Amino acid sequence: MNPLAALLLRDMRIAVRVGGGALIGVLFFLVVVSVTPFAVGPDLALLKRIGPAILWLAALLASLLALDRLFASDHEDGSLDLILTGRAPLELVVAAKGIAHWLTTALPLVVAAPLIALLLDLDGSAEAGLVLTLLVGTPALTFIGLIGAAIAVTLRRGGLLLAIIVLPLTVPVLIFGVAAANAAVAGPVPFGTPFTVLCALTLASLVIGPFAAAAALRLDME
Amino acid sequence: MRLTAVDLACRRGGRDVFSGVSFNVGAGELLAITGRNGAGKSSLLRIVAGLIRPVGGRLWLEAGDPELSIAEQVHYLGHQDPVKPSLSVLENLQFWAAFFAGGAIKVHDALESVGLGAIATLPAGYLSAGQRRRLSIARLIAVKRPIWLLDEPTSTLDAAAQQRVAEFMRSHLNEGGLVLAATHSALGLSNIQELSLDQKNPSPLVGEGLGGGWAGSVAATTQSLHLFTSTPDPSPHGGGELS
Repeated sequence: MNPLAALLLRDMRIAVRVGGGALIGVLFFLVVVSVTPFAVGPDLALLKRIGPAILWLAALLASLLALDRLFASDHEDGSLDLILTGRAPLELVVAAKGIAHWLTTALPLVVAAPLIALLLDLDGSAEAGLVLTLLVGTPALTFIGLIGAAIAVTLRRGGLLLAIIVLPLTVPVLIFGVAAANAAVAGPVPFGTPFTVLCALTLASLVIGPFAAAAALRLDME
Repeated sequence: MRLTAVDLACRRGGRDVFSGVSFNVGAGELLAITGRNGAGKSSLLRIVAGLIRPVGGRLWLEAGDPELSIAEQVHYLGHQDPVKPSLSVLENLQFWAAFFAGGAIKVHDALESVGLGAIATLPAGYLSAGQRRRLSIARLIAVKRPIWLLDEPTSTLDAAAQQRVAEFMRSHLNEGGLVLAATHSALGLSNIQELSLDQKNPSPLVGEGLGGGWAGSVAATTQSLHLFTSTPDPSPHGGGELS
Protein backbone atom coordinates (compact mmCIF):
# COMPACT_ATOMS: atom_id res chain seq x y z
CA MET A 1 0.00 0.00 0.00
CA ASN A 2 1.11 3.52 -0.73
CA PRO A 3 2.50 5.26 2.42
CA LEU A 4 0.00 8.09 2.12
CA ALA A 5 -2.93 5.73 1.62
CA ALA A 6 -1.76 3.80 4.68
CA LEU A 7 -1.69 7.00 6.72
CA LEU A 8 -5.13 8.05 5.48
CA LEU A 9 -6.57 4.66 6.36
CA ARG A 10 -4.93 4.65 9.79
CA ASP A 11 -6.21 8.12 10.69
CA MET A 12 -9.72 7.24 9.58
CA ARG A 13 -9.65 4.00 11.57
CA ILE A 14 -8.50 5.82 14.69
CA ALA A 15 -11.15 8.48 14.22
CA VAL A 16 -14.08 6.08 13.96
CA ARG A 17 -13.01 3.86 16.87
CA VAL A 18 -13.55 4.41 20.57
CA GLY A 19 -12.27 7.81 21.68
CA GLY A 20 -11.54 8.87 18.13
CA GLY A 21 -13.91 11.82 18.05
CA ALA A 22 -15.28 11.41 14.52
CA LEU A 23 -18.87 11.92 15.64
CA ILE A 24 -18.15 14.71 18.14
CA GLY A 25 -18.20 17.33 15.39
CA VAL A 26 -21.49 16.27 13.86
CA LEU A 27 -23.15 15.90 17.26
CA PHE A 28 -22.00 19.37 18.26
CA PHE A 29 -23.36 20.69 14.97
CA LEU A 30 -26.73 19.04 15.55
CA VAL A 31 -26.96 20.29 19.12
CA VAL A 32 -26.09 23.91 18.29
CA VAL A 33 -28.49 24.11 15.37
CA SER A 34 -31.35 22.36 17.13
CA VAL A 35 -31.23 24.60 20.24
CA THR A 36 -31.17 27.75 18.13
CA PRO A 37 -34.97 27.80 17.54
CA PHE A 38 -35.49 27.59 21.30
CA ALA A 39 -33.31 30.65 21.80
CA VAL A 40 -34.66 32.68 18.89
CA GLY A 41 -38.30 31.74 19.31
CA PRO A 42 -40.82 30.20 16.91
CA ASP A 43 -40.59 32.94 14.28
CA LEU A 44 -40.27 30.96 11.06
CA ALA A 45 -39.45 33.97 8.89
CA LEU A 46 -36.62 34.97 11.20
CA LEU A 47 -35.29 31.40 11.39
CA LYS A 48 -35.32 31.15 7.65
CA ARG A 49 -33.38 34.39 7.37
CA ILE A 50 -30.65 33.52 9.90
CA GLY A 51 -30.68 29.76 9.21
CA PRO A 52 -27.73 29.66 6.78
CA ALA A 53 -25.60 31.76 9.12
CA ILE A 54 -26.40 29.50 12.09
CA LEU A 55 -25.55 26.38 10.09
CA TRP A 56 -22.27 27.87 8.90
CA LEU A 57 -21.25 29.09 12.36
CA ALA A 58 -22.01 25.68 13.83
CA ALA A 59 -20.00 24.01 11.07
CA LEU A 60 -17.06 26.34 11.64
CA LEU A 61 -16.96 25.70 15.40
CA ALA A 62 -17.51 21.97 14.94
CA SER A 63 -14.59 21.78 12.53
CA LEU A 64 -12.31 23.25 15.23
CA LEU A 65 -13.31 20.70 17.86
CA ALA A 66 -11.10 17.73 17.09
CA LEU A 67 -8.47 19.71 15.23
CA ASP A 68 -6.04 20.25 18.12
CA ARG A 69 -5.45 16.50 18.40
CA LEU A 70 -4.62 16.16 14.70
CA PHE A 71 -0.85 16.44 15.07
CA ALA A 72 -0.58 16.61 18.88
CA SER A 73 -1.49 12.95 19.39
CA ASP A 74 1.14 11.90 16.85
CA HIS A 75 3.66 14.20 18.50
CA GLU A 76 3.04 12.84 21.99
CA ASP A 77 3.56 9.17 21.18
CA GLY A 78 6.56 9.72 18.90
CA SER A 79 4.72 8.89 15.67
CA LEU A 80 5.59 12.28 14.23
CA ASP A 81 9.33 11.56 14.60
CA LEU A 82 8.92 8.40 12.56
CA ILE A 83 6.72 10.10 9.99
CA LEU A 84 9.54 12.60 9.49
CA THR A 85 12.03 9.78 8.81
CA GLY A 86 9.65 8.31 6.20
CA ARG A 87 10.13 8.78 2.49
CA ALA A 88 6.80 10.49 1.88
CA PRO A 89 7.12 14.30 1.56
CA LEU A 90 5.84 16.01 4.70
CA GLU A 91 3.53 18.29 2.69
CA LEU A 92 1.70 15.27 1.27
CA VAL A 93 1.64 13.60 4.68
CA VAL A 94 -0.02 16.69 6.10
CA ALA A 95 -2.48 16.77 3.21
CA ALA A 96 -3.34 13.08 3.74
CA LYS A 97 -4.02 13.74 7.43
CA GLY A 98 -6.16 16.72 6.46
CA ILE A 99 -8.21 14.64 4.04
CA ALA A 100 -8.70 11.91 6.64
CA HIS A 101 -9.82 14.54 9.13
CA TRP A 102 -12.25 16.06 6.65
CA LEU A 103 -13.70 12.67 5.70
CA THR A 104 -14.30 11.68 9.32
CA THR A 105 -15.43 14.98 10.89
CA ALA A 106 -16.71 17.35 8.20
CA LEU A 107 -18.32 14.97 5.72
CA PRO A 108 -20.78 13.54 8.32
CA LEU A 109 -21.72 17.13 9.06
CA VAL A 110 -22.47 17.83 5.40
CA VAL A 111 -24.54 14.65 5.27
CA ALA A 112 -26.50 15.67 8.38
CA ALA A 113 -27.10 19.21 7.14
CA PRO A 114 -30.25 18.47 5.02
CA LEU A 115 -31.97 16.91 8.04
CA ILE A 116 -31.11 19.76 10.33
CA ALA A 117 -32.06 22.36 7.72
CA LEU A 118 -35.68 21.25 8.19
CA LEU A 119 -35.55 22.65 11.72
CA LEU A 120 -34.81 26.07 10.26
CA ASP A 121 -37.65 25.93 7.75
CA LEU A 122 -35.46 25.60 4.67
CA ASP A 123 -36.98 23.82 1.71
CA GLY A 124 -35.87 21.97 -1.44
CA SER A 125 -33.63 24.14 -3.56
CA ALA A 126 -32.49 26.31 -0.64
CA GLU A 127 -31.48 23.19 1.21
CA ALA A 128 -29.56 21.85 -1.77
CA GLY A 129 -27.70 25.15 -2.18
CA LEU A 130 -26.84 25.25 1.50
CA VAL A 131 -25.50 21.69 1.52
CA LEU A 132 -23.47 22.45 -1.59
CA THR A 133 -21.82 25.46 0.11
CA LEU A 134 -20.96 23.31 3.13
CA LEU A 135 -19.58 20.54 0.92
CA VAL A 136 -17.35 22.98 -0.92
CA GLY A 137 -16.49 25.23 2.03
CA THR A 138 -15.63 22.77 4.81
CA PRO A 139 -12.41 21.51 3.13
CA ALA A 140 -11.16 25.10 3.33
CA LEU A 141 -11.96 25.17 7.06
CA THR A 142 -10.08 21.89 7.61
CA PHE A 143 -7.03 22.86 5.57
CA ILE A 144 -6.75 26.32 7.16
CA GLY A 145 -7.13 24.54 10.50
CA LEU A 146 -4.15 22.33 9.63
CA ILE A 147 -1.89 25.37 9.92
CA GLY A 148 -3.10 26.17 13.42
CA ALA A 149 -2.90 22.52 14.45
CA ALA A 150 0.71 22.35 13.27
CA ILE A 151 1.67 25.55 15.09
CA ALA A 152 0.05 24.42 18.34
CA VAL A 153 1.47 20.88 18.18
CA THR A 154 4.03 21.18 20.97
CA LEU A 155 1.69 22.95 23.38
CA ARG A 156 -0.03 20.88 26.02
CA ARG A 157 -3.41 22.53 25.73
CA GLY A 158 -3.29 24.14 22.35
CA GLY A 159 -7.03 24.12 21.72
CA LEU A 160 -7.71 27.73 22.61
CA LEU A 161 -4.60 29.04 20.88
CA LEU A 162 -5.64 27.04 17.85
CA ALA A 163 -9.02 28.77 17.77
CA ILE A 164 -7.39 32.20 18.08
CA ILE A 165 -4.99 31.44 15.23
CA VAL A 166 -7.48 29.77 12.94
CA LEU A 167 -10.72 31.73 13.32
CA PRO A 168 -9.49 35.02 11.78
CA LEU A 169 -8.16 33.11 8.79
CA THR A 170 -11.51 31.46 8.23
CA VAL A 171 -13.47 34.72 8.10
CA PRO A 172 -13.38 35.00 4.27
CA VAL A 173 -14.65 31.43 3.97
CA LEU A 174 -17.43 32.20 6.42
CA ILE A 175 -18.43 35.40 4.59
CA PHE A 176 -18.65 33.83 1.16
CA GLY A 177 -20.09 30.56 2.46
CA VAL A 178 -22.96 32.36 4.20
CA ALA A 179 -23.40 34.74 1.25
CA ALA A 180 -23.75 31.84 -1.16
CA ALA A 181 -26.09 30.00 1.19
CA ASN A 182 -28.22 33.12 1.65
CA ALA A 183 -28.34 33.60 -2.10
CA ALA A 184 -29.64 30.05 -2.45
CA VAL A 185 -32.25 30.57 0.27
CA ALA A 186 -33.54 34.08 -0.37
CA GLY A 187 -31.71 35.78 -3.21
CA PRO A 188 -31.53 38.39 -4.65
CA VAL A 189 -27.81 37.95 -5.43
CA PRO A 190 -27.22 35.13 -7.94
CA PHE A 191 -25.90 31.99 -6.23
CA GLY A 192 -22.97 31.66 -8.62
CA THR A 193 -21.08 34.80 -7.65
CA PRO A 194 -20.28 34.14 -3.96
CA PHE A 195 -20.15 30.40 -4.63
CA THR A 196 -17.35 30.82 -7.17
CA VAL A 197 -15.34 32.87 -4.70
CA LEU A 198 -15.93 30.16 -2.08
CA CYS A 199 -14.57 27.54 -4.52
CA ALA A 200 -11.52 29.70 -5.12
CA LEU A 201 -10.89 30.09 -1.39
CA THR A 202 -11.10 26.32 -0.96
CA LEU A 203 -8.70 25.63 -3.81
CA ALA A 204 -6.22 28.18 -2.47
CA SER A 205 -6.34 26.74 1.05
CA LEU A 206 -5.89 23.19 -0.30
CA VAL A 207 -2.56 24.37 -1.74
CA ILE A 208 -1.37 26.77 0.96
CA GLY A 209 -2.51 24.76 4.00
CA PRO A 210 -0.26 21.70 3.59
CA PHE A 211 2.85 23.76 2.78
CA ALA A 212 2.34 26.15 5.69
CA ALA A 213 1.51 23.32 8.10
CA ALA A 214 4.55 21.28 7.01
CA ALA A 215 6.80 24.30 7.48
CA ALA A 216 5.33 24.86 10.96
CA LEU A 217 5.88 21.21 11.88
CA ARG A 218 9.51 21.35 10.77
CA LEU A 219 10.03 24.41 12.97
CA ASP A 220 8.28 22.75 15.89
CA MET A 221 10.56 19.74 15.77
CA GLU A 222 13.72 21.81 16.15
CA MET B 1 28.56 1.59 4.07
CA ARG B 2 30.18 3.97 6.52
CA LEU B 3 28.64 6.69 8.67
CA THR B 4 31.05 9.43 9.69
CA ALA B 5 30.54 12.44 11.93
CA VAL B 6 33.10 15.15 12.52
CA ASP B 7 32.91 17.77 15.25
CA LEU B 8 29.16 17.58 15.74
CA ALA B 9 27.80 20.19 18.12
CA CYS B 10 24.35 20.34 19.59
CA ARG B 11 22.51 23.14 21.38
CA ARG B 12 19.13 22.64 22.98
CA GLY B 13 17.12 25.45 24.52
CA GLY B 14 20.10 27.82 24.46
CA ARG B 15 22.35 25.35 26.31
CA ASP B 16 25.33 23.70 24.69
CA VAL B 17 24.73 19.98 25.13
CA PHE B 18 27.88 18.73 23.46
CA SER B 19 30.38 19.81 20.89
CA GLY B 20 33.31 18.25 19.08
CA VAL B 21 31.74 14.80 18.85
CA SER B 22 33.19 12.63 16.10
CA PHE B 23 32.66 9.02 15.24
CA ASN B 24 33.11 6.64 12.39
CA VAL B 25 30.97 3.53 12.10
CA GLY B 26 31.30 1.01 9.30
CA ALA B 27 29.09 -1.81 8.11
CA GLY B 28 28.70 -4.48 10.75
CA GLU B 29 29.78 -2.21 13.58
CA LEU B 30 27.97 -1.04 16.66
CA LEU B 31 28.55 2.33 18.27
CA ALA B 32 27.53 2.34 21.92
CA ILE B 33 26.87 5.90 23.06
CA THR B 34 27.31 6.28 26.79
CA GLY B 35 27.10 9.18 29.17
CA ARG B 36 25.31 10.48 32.22
CA ASN B 37 21.71 11.69 32.03
CA GLY B 38 21.52 14.84 29.97
CA ALA B 39 24.86 14.24 28.26
CA GLY B 40 23.16 14.33 24.89
CA LYS B 41 22.84 10.66 23.93
CA SER B 42 19.30 11.06 22.66
CA SER B 43 20.13 14.37 21.00
CA LEU B 44 22.99 12.74 19.10
CA LEU B 45 20.68 10.01 17.81
CA ARG B 46 18.07 12.59 16.85
CA ILE B 47 20.71 14.53 14.93
CA VAL B 48 21.59 11.42 12.94
CA ALA B 49 17.88 10.79 12.34
CA GLY B 50 17.56 14.31 10.95
CA LEU B 51 15.11 15.38 13.67
CA ILE B 52 17.41 18.06 15.13
CA ARG B 53 19.81 20.21 13.20
CA PRO B 54 23.32 20.24 14.66
CA VAL B 55 24.78 23.71 15.27
CA GLY B 56 28.15 22.61 13.99
CA GLY B 57 30.03 19.74 12.40
CA ARG B 58 29.34 17.41 9.51
CA LEU B 59 27.67 14.07 9.10
CA TRP B 60 27.83 11.95 6.00
CA LEU B 61 27.19 8.46 4.77
CA GLU B 62 29.42 6.65 2.32
CA ALA B 63 28.13 3.91 0.07
CA GLY B 64 24.54 4.42 1.12
CA ASP B 65 21.66 4.86 -1.27
CA PRO B 66 22.50 8.09 -3.12
CA GLU B 67 18.82 8.76 -3.83
CA LEU B 68 17.92 8.92 -0.16
CA SER B 69 18.89 11.17 2.73
CA ILE B 70 20.44 9.64 5.84
CA ALA B 71 17.15 10.12 7.69
CA GLU B 72 15.38 8.01 5.08
CA GLN B 73 17.75 5.12 5.68
CA VAL B 74 17.48 4.95 9.45
CA HIS B 75 15.21 3.18 11.87
CA TYR B 76 14.78 5.46 14.86
CA LEU B 77 13.69 3.72 18.05
CA GLY B 78 13.10 6.55 20.50
CA HIS B 79 11.92 6.72 24.09
CA GLN B 80 8.30 6.66 23.10
CA ASP B 81 6.51 3.81 21.43
CA PRO B 82 4.41 5.09 18.54
CA VAL B 83 1.54 2.75 19.23
CA LYS B 84 -2.09 3.78 18.78
CA PRO B 85 -4.22 2.30 21.58
CA SER B 86 -7.39 1.96 19.49
CA LEU B 87 -5.71 -0.04 16.72
CA SER B 88 -4.86 -3.69 17.12
CA VAL B 89 -1.27 -4.86 17.50
CA LEU B 90 -1.30 -6.10 13.93
CA GLU B 91 -2.82 -2.89 12.52
CA ASN B 92 -0.20 -0.80 14.28
CA LEU B 93 2.63 -2.77 12.75
CA GLN B 94 0.95 -3.01 9.34
CA PHE B 95 0.65 0.75 9.24
CA TRP B 96 4.34 1.39 9.93
CA ALA B 97 5.39 -1.33 7.53
CA ALA B 98 3.22 0.18 4.77
CA PHE B 99 4.32 3.70 5.62
CA PHE B 100 8.03 2.87 5.48
CA ALA B 101 8.15 0.24 2.78
CA GLY B 102 5.23 1.33 0.64
CA GLY B 103 4.40 -2.24 -0.22
CA ALA B 104 2.66 -5.29 1.10
CA ILE B 105 4.86 -6.58 3.89
CA LYS B 106 4.49 -9.84 5.73
CA VAL B 107 4.31 -8.54 9.26
CA HIS B 108 3.18 -11.73 10.99
CA ASP B 109 6.70 -13.16 11.09
CA ALA B 110 7.98 -9.98 12.71
CA LEU B 111 5.24 -10.16 15.34
CA GLU B 112 6.07 -13.80 16.00
CA SER B 113 9.75 -13.03 16.38
CA VAL B 114 9.09 -10.50 19.16
CA GLY B 115 6.61 -12.82 20.86
CA LEU B 116 3.42 -10.90 20.08
CA GLY B 117 2.02 -13.31 17.49
CA ALA B 118 -0.59 -14.71 19.87
CA ILE B 119 -2.12 -11.31 20.66
CA ALA B 120 -2.03 -9.82 17.15
CA THR B 121 -5.72 -8.89 17.20
CA LEU B 122 -5.70 -7.34 20.68
CA PRO B 123 -6.17 -3.56 20.79
CA ALA B 124 -2.77 -2.10 21.54
CA GLY B 125 -4.18 -0.08 24.43
CA TYR B 126 -4.06 -3.25 26.53
CA LEU B 127 -0.33 -3.79 26.03
CA SER B 128 2.17 -3.40 28.86
CA ALA B 129 5.15 -1.08 28.51
CA GLY B 130 7.41 -3.98 27.61
CA GLN B 131 4.97 -5.29 25.03
CA ARG B 132 4.65 -1.86 23.43
CA ARG B 133 8.42 -1.73 23.18
CA ARG B 134 8.44 -5.18 21.54
CA LEU B 135 5.89 -3.91 19.03
CA SER B 136 8.19 -0.99 18.23
CA ILE B 137 11.11 -3.38 17.78
CA ALA B 138 9.02 -5.52 15.43
CA ARG B 139 9.03 -2.53 13.09
CA LEU B 140 12.81 -2.85 12.71
CA ILE B 141 12.39 -6.50 11.78
CA ALA B 142 9.49 -6.01 9.37
CA VAL B 143 11.10 -3.29 7.25
CA LYS B 144 14.77 -3.41 6.28
CA ARG B 145 16.73 -0.22 6.78
CA PRO B 146 20.52 -0.23 7.06
CA ILE B 147 21.07 2.08 10.04
CA TRP B 148 19.47 1.44 13.41
CA LEU B 149 19.35 4.26 15.96
CA LEU B 150 18.34 2.76 19.27
CA ASP B 151 17.65 4.93 22.28
CA GLU B 152 17.69 2.76 25.41
CA PRO B 153 16.26 -0.15 23.41
CA THR B 154 16.01 -2.55 26.32
CA SER B 155 14.87 -0.25 29.12
CA THR B 156 11.45 -1.80 29.69
CA LEU B 157 12.22 -5.32 28.53
CA ASP B 158 12.60 -8.46 30.60
CA ALA B 159 15.80 -10.51 30.51
CA ALA B 160 14.61 -12.88 27.78
CA ALA B 161 13.48 -10.03 25.54
CA GLN B 162 16.76 -8.17 26.11
CA GLN B 163 18.53 -11.29 24.90
CA ARG B 164 16.28 -11.37 21.87
CA VAL B 165 17.07 -7.75 21.06
CA ALA B 166 20.78 -8.51 21.26
CA GLU B 167 20.21 -11.34 18.78
CA PHE B 168 18.32 -9.02 16.42
CA MET B 169 21.18 -6.54 16.61
CA ARG B 170 23.76 -9.27 16.00
CA SER B 171 21.98 -10.54 12.90
CA HIS B 172 21.49 -6.97 11.66
CA LEU B 173 25.23 -6.37 12.06
CA ASN B 174 26.02 -9.66 10.33
CA GLU B 175 23.94 -8.55 7.35
CA GLY B 176 26.14 -5.47 7.06
CA GLY B 177 23.96 -3.05 8.99
CA LEU B 178 25.02 -0.29 11.34
CA VAL B 179 23.76 0.19 14.87
CA LEU B 180 24.06 3.30 17.00
CA ALA B 181 22.74 2.60 20.48
CA ALA B 182 22.43 4.87 23.49
CA THR B 183 22.59 2.45 26.34
CA HIS B 184 23.46 1.90 29.96
CA SER B 185 23.64 -1.85 29.82
CA ALA B 186 26.19 -4.08 28.17
CA LEU B 187 24.39 -5.77 25.34
CA GLY B 188 26.67 -8.78 25.17
CA LEU B 189 27.80 -8.00 21.67
CA SER B 190 31.25 -7.92 20.17
CA ASN B 191 32.59 -5.43 17.67
CA ILE B 192 31.52 -2.48 19.81
CA GLN B 193 32.93 1.00 19.66
CA GLU B 194 32.12 3.15 22.62
CA LEU B 195 31.45 6.86 22.36
CA SER B 196 31.28 8.57 25.73
CA LEU B 197 29.62 11.94 25.88
CA ASP B 198 30.69 12.54 29.48
CA GLN B 199 32.88 15.53 29.89
CA LYS B 200 36.04 15.36 31.94
CA ASN B 201 35.30 18.46 33.97
CA PRO B 202 31.81 18.80 35.35
CA SER B 203 30.22 21.96 34.10
CA PRO B 204 30.71 24.82 36.55
CA LEU B 205 27.54 26.01 38.15
CA VAL B 206 28.58 29.65 38.10
CA GLY B 207 30.55 31.56 35.52
CA GLU B 208 34.18 32.36 36.22
CA GLY B 209 33.90 36.06 35.78
CA LEU B 210 31.36 38.64 36.67
CA GLY B 211 30.81 39.86 33.15
CA GLY B 212 29.84 37.41 30.44
CA GLY B 213 30.35 34.54 32.84
CA TRP B 214 27.80 32.28 31.24
CA ALA B 215 29.35 32.52 27.82
CA GLY B 216 32.66 31.59 29.38
CA SER B 217 31.28 28.64 31.30
CA VAL B 218 29.49 27.32 28.27
CA ALA B 219 32.70 27.42 26.30
CA ALA B 220 34.45 25.62 29.15
CA THR B 221 32.14 22.64 28.93
CA THR B 222 33.63 21.47 25.67
CA GLN B 223 33.28 17.74 25.63
CA SER B 224 36.10 15.32 25.67
CA LEU B 225 35.68 12.37 23.43
CA HIS B 226 36.80 8.83 23.99
CA LEU B 227 36.58 6.65 20.99
CA PHE B 228 37.94 3.20 21.50
CA THR B 229 37.15 -0.36 20.77
CA SER B 230 36.15 -2.31 23.81
CA THR B 231 35.54 -5.95 24.46
CA PRO B 232 32.07 -6.73 25.66
CA ASP B 233 31.54 -6.65 29.38
CA PRO B 234 31.13 -10.28 30.44
CA SER B 235 29.12 -9.47 33.56
CA PRO B 236 25.57 -8.60 32.62
CA HIS B 237 25.03 -5.76 35.04
CA GLY B 238 21.46 -4.73 35.44
CA GLY B 239 21.61 -1.48 33.60
CA GLY B 240 18.59 0.47 32.76
CA GLU B 241 17.13 1.11 36.21
CA LEU B 242 17.91 4.76 35.87
CA SER B 243 16.70 5.07 32.33
